[in-house]
Amino acid sequence: MEENRILAEDKKEYTTLNLGPTHPATHGIFQNVLTMDGEIIVDSEQTVGYIHRAFEKIAEHRPYYQITPLTDRLNYCSSPINNMGWHMTVEKLLGVQTPKRVDYMRVIIMELARIADHLVCNSVIGVDTGALTGFTYVFQWREKIYDIYESICGARLTTNIGRIGGMERDFTPEVIASIRSFLKEFPAVFDEFCRLLERNRIFMDRIVGTGAISAERALNYGFTGPNLRAAGVDYDVRVMNPYSSYQDFDFIIPVGTNGDTYDRFMVRQEEIRQSLRIIEQALNNLPEGKFFADVPEFFLPPKEEVYNNMEALIWHFKIVMGETDVPVGEVYHSVEGGNGELGYYLISDGGRAPFRLHFRRPCFIYYQAFPEMIKGSTLSDAIVVMSSMNVIAGELDA
Amino acid sequence: MAQLSNGHLLNAIQDKFGNAILGAEEPNGLLTLNINPEKLLELVRFLYNHEEFRFQFLTDICGAHFPDQKGAELASIYHLHSLENNMRIRIKCFLSADHPFVDSLTPVFSAANWQERETFDFYGIIFNGHPNLKRILNVDEMDYHPLRKEYPLEDQTRTDKNDSYFGR
Repeated sequence: MEENRILAEDKKEYTTLNLGPTHPATHGIFQNVLTMDGEIIVDSEQTVGYIHRAFEKIAEHRPYYQITPLTDRLNYCSSPINNMGWHMTVEKLLGVQTPKRVDYMRVIIMELARIADHLVCNSVIGVDTGALTGFTYVFQWREKIYDIYESICGARLTTNIGRIGGMERDFTPEVIASIRSFLKEFPAVFDEFCRLLERNRIFMDRIVGTGAISAERALNYGFTGPNLRAAGVDYDVRVMNPYSSYQDFDFIIPVGTNGDTYDRFMVRQEEIRQSLRIIEQALNNLPEGKFFADVPEFFLPPKEEVYNNMEALIWHFKIVMGETDVPVGEVYHSVEGGNGELGYYLISDGGRAPFRLHFRRPCFIYYQAFPEMIKGSTLSDAIVVMSSMNVIAGELDA
Repeated sequence: MAQLSNGHLLNAIQDKFGNAILGAEEPNGLLTLNINPEKLLELVRFLYNHEEFRFQFLTDICGAHFPDQKGAELASIYHLHSLENNMRIRIKCFLSADHPFVDSLTPVFSAANWQERETFDFYGIIFNGHPNLKRILNVDEMDYHPLRKEYPLEDQTRTDKNDSYFGR
């Protein structure tokens, strides 16, 4: 933005400093060209696109089920949310109503993903302020969440979890047991993490008041997710436009007041606790029934039937080859991702692949506020502000 | 507060803009307007400042390319959200590929900056009044707009793959 530029009228000599593209403190490939007056940042400009992979172009050439793995690679800290968001978008276009059991299973997985996402982000704020302990401690628990993904779908990071119309398989008793043991053991660990950082004088001195943004500016910049809520706006897609039966659960949307790094940290901390509550409610009230909707055009038939039944074999072949045409339509669907409103805008012209698919990537939209947020602060603060914004390179560059 | 309805919103917009509204539909319940590109900024300002509607959140800007629509090949598509009414609206501007100019929304929304750069990058739509309209995700040296339909996904000189077996 032009108004961010400070002209050197005072004949001061500024230093230009390249932060990135590959810098260990930026946690991803981001380039920031900073204009420095001593240690104070007077101006900055970002370069993005280093890992642009043209997902929107690829998506125009792939059948619908093959787009799920592309969504994995957007915000790879919480890929299950991206996967579910995509399935729900296609289901909305097809007019498919999923059974309650599917909704609850999805909610459990999405909230686990939210915990994993927030744990990474918050513990990395600790790392960038010099507190490595919390990071190594909670990463073990992120691994446990990945173990749960693995027992549900077989993958850990890029999950490709669920299918259009439901889940690929039902929760096994082992999955339920591992989620239960996570719910039982994690809160104590998390409390220790909270004690380590939340009221830590050194940590607070570093991050209270840094990178603050007002609610008006945050809304104008299109902030969503914890970053917007930290500024004091209670916008959460799960409550405003409930999807996947979120209206059935009782949970609180935490909001901050100052929109600074500490508020962003605290909002995420509270969201982890609320996610645990949601998982517990969903698990206790998990309805009986089918784990998939009745969409033979998209949901693979069971293997035994494929081998012994002609119709099932035909459906299996048509699905795998992506031969099913999708109705003409236009749909926008959004979910509350790990770092904000993740939207899918889909135009279908009736073919086997989308005519146009656009991902509304939350961090691409709010990362443009970064120069405004770090102007006048020191370089070390800029690093913390960046990690507190939860900017994920894969999502930024799509 | 009573829920704002699409019909009420559409009537208010039609009263104000009349002929500039070239079409209106409701795919999946989301009011979608096709508007004359010259009136876009005025319409967005009207929706932003209106006491009742208050569409003050820009959710998304993206482009689209319809090569078969002669004279209106390109589209610039906007999603606005009124957080107070919890209502969304989609606005489309169709532009000809020879003259792809539309007003920038950066005077109203800071969020429009990068999203318009992205749309320019991929579709070559020029946003009048944008402070810094240059490529964002692709390299600066690129001399085409890759999401337009005439550009194939892969290098067409490859001979090691035959996609015709797969319906592609």
